[in-house]
Amino acid sequence: MDLAYSPEYEQYRMEVRQFLDTNKDQSPPPYGRGNGDGKARDWQKLLIENGYAARTIPKEYGGFGGEPDILKSHIIAEEFASAGVRPGHSGDNRLVPTVLELGTEDQKQWLVPPTVRGDMIWCQGYSEPGSGSDLASLSTRAIVDGDDFVINGQKIWTSGAQHADMIFCLVRTEPDAPKHQGISYLVFSMDTPGIEVRPLLTMTGEATFNEVFFTDVRVPKHQIIGNRGEGWFVANNTLKHEREGLGDPNQAENRFREIVDLMQRETMDSNRLIDNPTYRDRLLSLQGRMLAMKFNGMRVLTSQIKKEEPGLPRWIIKLQGCELNHQMAAMAIDSMGELGILYDDSPYLRDHGRWQQRYMMDLGLIIGGGTAQIQKNMIGERALGLPKEPKFEKPLN
Amino acid sequence: MDFALTEEQLMLQESIGGYLRSSCPLDAVRKATEAGTTHVPEIATELAQLGACGILIPEELGGVGMGFLEAALISEALGSVIAPVAFVASSVMAPIALLGAGSQDQKETWLPRVANGEVIIGVGISEHIGRRETDGIFADDNTLTGKAMFVLDGMDADTLLVADNDAQLYLVQASDVTRNKLKTIDRTRSVAEIIFDQSSAEILPGSVNNRKHLNDMVNAGRVMLAADTLGAAGTMLDLAIEYAKERRQFNRVIGSFQAVKHMCSEMAADLEPCRSLVWYAAHAIRAIPDEATLMACHAKAHLAETGRFVARKATEVHGGMGFTDLLGLHYWFKRIGFDRQLLGAPEVVREEAASAQGWI
Ligand SMILES: Cc1cc2nc3c(=O)[nH]c(=O)nc-3n(C[C@H](O)[C@H](O)[C@H](O)COP(=O)(O)OP(=O)(O)OC[C@H]3O[C@@H](n4cnc5c(N)ncnc54)[C@H](O)[C@@H]3O)c2cc1C
Repeated sequence: MDLAYSPEYEQYRMEVRQFLDTNKDQSPPPYGRGNGDGKARDWQKLLIENGYAARTIPKEYGGFGGEPDILKSHIIAEEFASAGVRPGHSGDNRLVPTVLELGTEDQKQWLVPPTVRGDMIWCQGYSEPGSGSDLASLSTRAIVDGDDFVINGQKIWTSGAQHADMIFCLVRTEPDAPKHQGISYLVFSMDTPGIEVRPLLTMTGEATFNEVFFTDVRVPKHQIIGNRGEGWFVANNTLKHEREGLGDPNQAENRFREIVDLMQRETMDSNRLIDNPTYRDRLLSLQGRMLAMKFNGMRVLTSQIKKEEPGLPRWIIKLQGCELNHQMAAMAIDSMGELGILYDDSPYLRDHGRWQQRYMMDLGLIIGGGTAQIQKNMIGERALGLPKEPKFEKPLN
Repeated sequence: MDFALTEEQLMLQESIGGYLRSSCPLDAVRKATEAGTTHVPEIATELAQLGACGILIPEELGGVGMGFLEAALISEALGSVIAPVAFVASSVMAPIALLGAGSQDQKETWLPRVANGEVIIGVGISEHIGRRETDGIFADDNTLTGKAMFVLDGMDADTLLVADNDAQLYLVQASDVTRNKLKTIDRTRSVAEIIFDQSSAEILPGSVNNRKHLNDMVNAGRVMLAADTLGAAGTMLDLAIEYAKERRQFNRVIGSFQAVKHMCSEMAADLEPCRSLVWYAAHAIRAIPDEATLMACHAKAHLAETGRFVARKATEVHGGMGFTDLLGLHYWFKRIGFDRQLLGAPEVVREEAASAQGWI
């Protein structure tokens, strides 16, 4: 165990800090996504040039072209977070790694550079009304007609589809094959004729996700990633990248600091919230859990640096991290009491209503990206070696 | 940056763990505890030879001079087989106090004999965490008067290390005090009530008007108890998983029922990060002293909570068998219960964690 960084990395950290000191003012606001304004795009460009975004993506695909170095990536993330500066992105962190790993040369040239620049925004078309946890049962059909696939069907819960330029989408191309072997992974423009996007309001009152309907949508045959019938394996690659993003322990630590700050600032009967022993005890319980997850993250990081399979410590991150985030938001709201129910643009709203938003959004994240129950199935079956559930020959009712 | 065990640490873990798994199965624990033994000499001798008893004691004083992370790995290994053998007080807490505050003579007299397993030192400091049933210990002219409760490894000890009401530390010979065994739920370990009546005592000179050494002992003791719980809970989880793969009901193994599978996954998901917390807390004692108290508190509290959850759920996975004496799961259940209360229950240590951060 040696928690110090070698001089090379200390030096690197200083460089990142110096960069942030000098250039911070040019960065767009720390929250929010999208490519809309020029400021965000210029910022991304500057970050790529300096190796702080798209670091390991090859130069010919618009990245910085650095050697993979997990520790450097970690340092960048830490320094941007503690400076409160919006980090760059690697394009879409689900799609780009998948295309780089499994796409053809033409696909890489076509998709990666604009995505990395922030000129091509993506949405993920996996879930359907009848296929959520049981994603492999999906029924959106694509049949071949000449040089095209022709798609009919519906996706749901598609986050960001209303703003997206492109979609990566799972469709059934081989209806007679076993369910996992009949799926293909297509990429196409959201401007393709026959696509209709209907925003769905979520419990937060905003429309962050959508229903997406496809009617005779024609997609050229070469816009498939991997081979026909291999989409499930391509999708699993994407899901792996997504799962790791959810439940990130660095974010949990930042959030914890914000709660401490809130509880030291806010008062009830002129006493600081943190002086209430019951709230304080709950806060400390959360701190213990947060620290355990933080150190668990350091353990995973170490395995990755050594190119070892982290195993159980990695399997649990999504389940535990999302739960912890939700509990922290609940703590913040509870300690605020009545102030914690204020919403929208109410007077007296604290922290712009961030905690109320998070309390709901985090519940969404417990469900999205594989529900907590599905995570527990995976931990039990894949990490602990417990048997799968028996499958039924015919559907049960 | 390397948050992992070194080759040497893995070897230590394997040598101690391997020995304990083969020499200290449940049957041996049962036999010892039924005879009222909380310190099995053969196991202690072997552990001493493997370096466990002198893990923190420098080589020139007969030990192996390793650190707290190594000590935590040993504690974990002992917890995982619920070994009836003195360790936390005698081989961790007392040596820290002696090394930090003892005179050269005291170190040379006691530490080599602790390291080779010849002597056990019990530790009585629970009054400084939460005083119950006693007014503590008063010092007067090289004698002590009063009562220490819940003295760890107290019945097996040859010598006692205790703190007076001013947090000064003393060595007292077991023959100079009255001691009474306190029976606890955990029959694998001994705690005693020790009564001092003008008992002659030798002060550790470095502890005069200096609380630091007491605090160091408490921090280290807490991390060791947390590690013990990690080991005990780890075994309970392993046993539950094993049972879930074998036991059949309704024509299927019970591990294929989600209710059972999810209990196992929840235990694993809660327990696995605890390992990293224990490692960090143990490492911090020396390497990051500013964080030592905070991390020791969190390790103690969080392992107590997670340990309780695992102890309960692992028992449930076993159904009626889990509740029997026959299966013996209760030995682990009780060891986890013991670790929870000693040196500060979770609510108590969390409050200390708040102070350590200047929140109150
Ligand atoms: C905020 C948010 C954003 C999302 N964004 C996207 C997106 O961009 N693209 C996209 O494709 N999808 C997205 N999703 C969809 C998400 O992946 C699904 O909601 C999720 O996989 C669950 O599917 P479902 O909603 O159909 O629920 P169901 O699968 O119907 O689940 C209902 C309940 O049954 C339980 N359940 C189901 N199967 C099992 C089982 N085998 N064992 C135990 N319990 C089970 C579930 O855990 C849950 O409690 C998003 C969801 C949310 C909440």
